[in-house]
Amino acid sequence: MPTMIEIKDLHKSYQMGSNALHVLKGLNFNVEEGELVAIMGSSGSGKSTLLNILGMLDVSDSGEYILDGVPIKNLNETKAAQYRNKFLGFIFQSFNLINYKTALENVALPLYYQGMGRKVRQEKALKYLEQVGLKEWSHHLPNELSGGQKQRVAIARAMVGEPKVLLADELTGALDSITSYEVMELLQKINDQGNTILVVTHEDDIAHMCKRIVHLRDGIIVKDEKIKQVRASEYVQ
Amino acid sequence: MFDLERWQEIFDTIRKNKLRTFLTGLSVASGIFILVVLLGFGQGMQNGIAREFAADASNRIWVWTEVTTKEYKGLNPGRPIQLRNENHAYIQQHFSEELEHKSPVFRVRNVQVNYGNEAVGYSVQGVSSGYQFIENEYMSQGRFINQSDEENASKVAVISNKIKREVVTKGEDVMAEFLDISGIKFKIIGVYGDMGGEREEERIFIPISTAQRVFNGADRINNLSYTFQPAATFEEAVAESIAVENELTAYLKEAHIVAPDDTSAVSTWNSLEEAKRYYSLTGNIKFFFWFVGICTIIAGVVGVSNIMLIVVKDRTREIGIRKALGAKPWSIVGMILQESIFVTAISGFAGLIASMGLLELVGPNIEVDYVENPSVSFTVAFTTVIVLIIAGAVAGFFPAWRAAKIHVVNALKDE
Ligand SMILES: Nc1ncnc2c1ncn2[C@@H]1O[C@H](COP(=O)(O)OP(=O)(O)OP(=O)(O)O)[C@@H](O)[C@H]1O
Ligand SMILES: [Mg+2]
Repeated sequence: MPTMIEIKDLHKSYQMGSNALHVLKGLNFNVEEGELVAIMGSSGSGKSTLLNILGMLDVSDSGEYILDGVPIKNLNETKAAQYRNKFLGFIFQSFNLINYKTALENVALPLYYQGMGRKVRQEKALKYLEQVGLKEWSHHLPNELSGGQKQRVAIARAMVGEPKVLLADELTGALDSITSYEVMELLQKINDQGNTILVVTHEDDIAHMCKRIVHLRDGIIVKDEKIKQVRASEYVQ
Repeated sequence: MFDLERWQEIFDTIRKNKLRTFLTGLSVASGIFILVVLLGFGQGMQNGIAREFAADASNRIWVWTEVTTKEYKGLNPGRPIQLRNENHAYIQQHFSEELEHKSPVFRVRNVQVNYGNEAVGYSVQGVSSGYQFIENEYMSQGRFINQSDEENASKVAVISNKIKREVVTKGEDVMAEFLDISGIKFKIIGVYGDMGGEREEERIFIPISTAQRVFNGADRINNLSYTFQPAATFEEAVAESIAVENELTAYLKEAHIVAPDDTSAVSTWNSLEEAKRYYSLTGNIKFFFWFVGICTIIAGVVGVSNIMLIVVKDRTREIGIRKALGAKPWSIVGMILQESIFVTAISGFAGLIASMGLLELVGPNIEVDYVENPSVSFTVAFTTVIVLIIAGAVAGFFPAWRAAKIHVVNALKDE
């Protein structure tokens, strides 16, 4: 399998007044195409910081980051926006749907920034909504949807641009356990199709539904293990 | 700008944020509305003042005399000054180039005027033929006093429309009738009207020679009145009239042995000078309205950029989401600017149409002194809207730019 993500000696610190808070202290790891990786660690261990750097929403202080053979460094805002749009899909804990847009319009938005025509956009968005089982809900606004449904819309939106990597930060953090498993089942299905996914979580059961767990503590990787994946469908009736 | 997809995106946003859009639009529209109405009334006042002056020939000079207030050449103050025929004759000859119409005025006092058996309560004045043009009277019937009336000291009288309406009761032809002034019969030879309305129609005119002879006037005159020859420009007319006014006053003061600095013994009133004062007043009024209008516009622009700041703050998370999904900074700037320009333009023109509609509808019906047909030139109003849009865009750019610079991670942070 080709390498999708390569991280070498990644450092990141935040300037807090006069003293710096060293959050990432030299991370090294690779992710192959088609992997489903959980990033675990206690609160404040730097999980989100790492994911933001991988998502080009933030930049590291030093170290290398290569995404599918493309070195990611010295990006200006425009270039970063372009890369995010083409290479990455984000899923957030708080869904981050645009509240005045329908499910369909939310899903279609990344395609707008790809410069795709309206009709094609809507067709494609509808296809992805169908994949997450929400075709009938396409014309509903986010506040007419349940938490699980919102997260499915967010997943469809992350997928619609056919990114190289999906990045999910605590995607089940706002959901009850049954809904969490349903969302994980969907994520596993997407992974089965060959998509590379990184999931930040501090829930053990969610982590064990991935194929590999990376443990972070105080800004370094303390454990990185392949595990036997628990299928979420076992929990879902 | 001509990106159809962008427009669709903006229309979606506007459609789904009606209240916000409405409030932004309202502030812009009312700003323009107020400005245009103000400018309209500024114009209305100018028109109104112009109309007031159109009532009389607005290039006339009027001379009257009082008692002296200064000792001069051994003469005590408090001496009454009396204008005489020779003064008029001198001026008439000496200023024949500069003056167009000329007439002395003799007020006939303490006389009883009757028409048939009815008393007529109006004053009688002796004037020359030129007085018709000085006072800008038009003839409804018959003619005004003429040269030969004056030479022959004819017993003729000219009455006004108002007087005619009051005295004629049996539908008789007033031109065949006589006025009885202190027992002397005067033939009515004409009926005049005044542009200034009925309050200018309260005098009976007779030839000045007759007035002086019949009513013991000797060669006394109460007033002198003249109009100036028209000049090429308003400024020239004013300058010339002031020159003549000064010369004329100097002559009268010398003829009557009045101190040159005695301002009340011989007085003049020059309508052109007055007009100039009014015109500069309207200029000031116009300037004032512009000033208020521009302040309104500035307030509008500040309002728009303020609203934009709030909008940007309101949309911080949305902008963060859009950026995470791949929106480039300039597309964020474009989106916000284009939306605000669109809203400003539409509401600006709405305000323009509403205010011009109001002026168009109400303007012609306004009947107040010194205000006539308030209106505003479309070019001026249109330019104002364009200026507002550009200013709005400039003012809106900074919030938009700030929005584009929003850090995604911060924008998406849960509060
Ligand atoms: N923008 C920032 N400025 C300063 N410090 C920051 C900033 N973002 C994060 N930090 C600090 O960096 C550390 C790591 O933060 P991070 O959000 O990566 O933790 P996390 O592992 O995601 O925690 P959690 O499980 O609570 O989400 C924390 O101590 C946090 O306070
Ligand atoms: Mg976190």
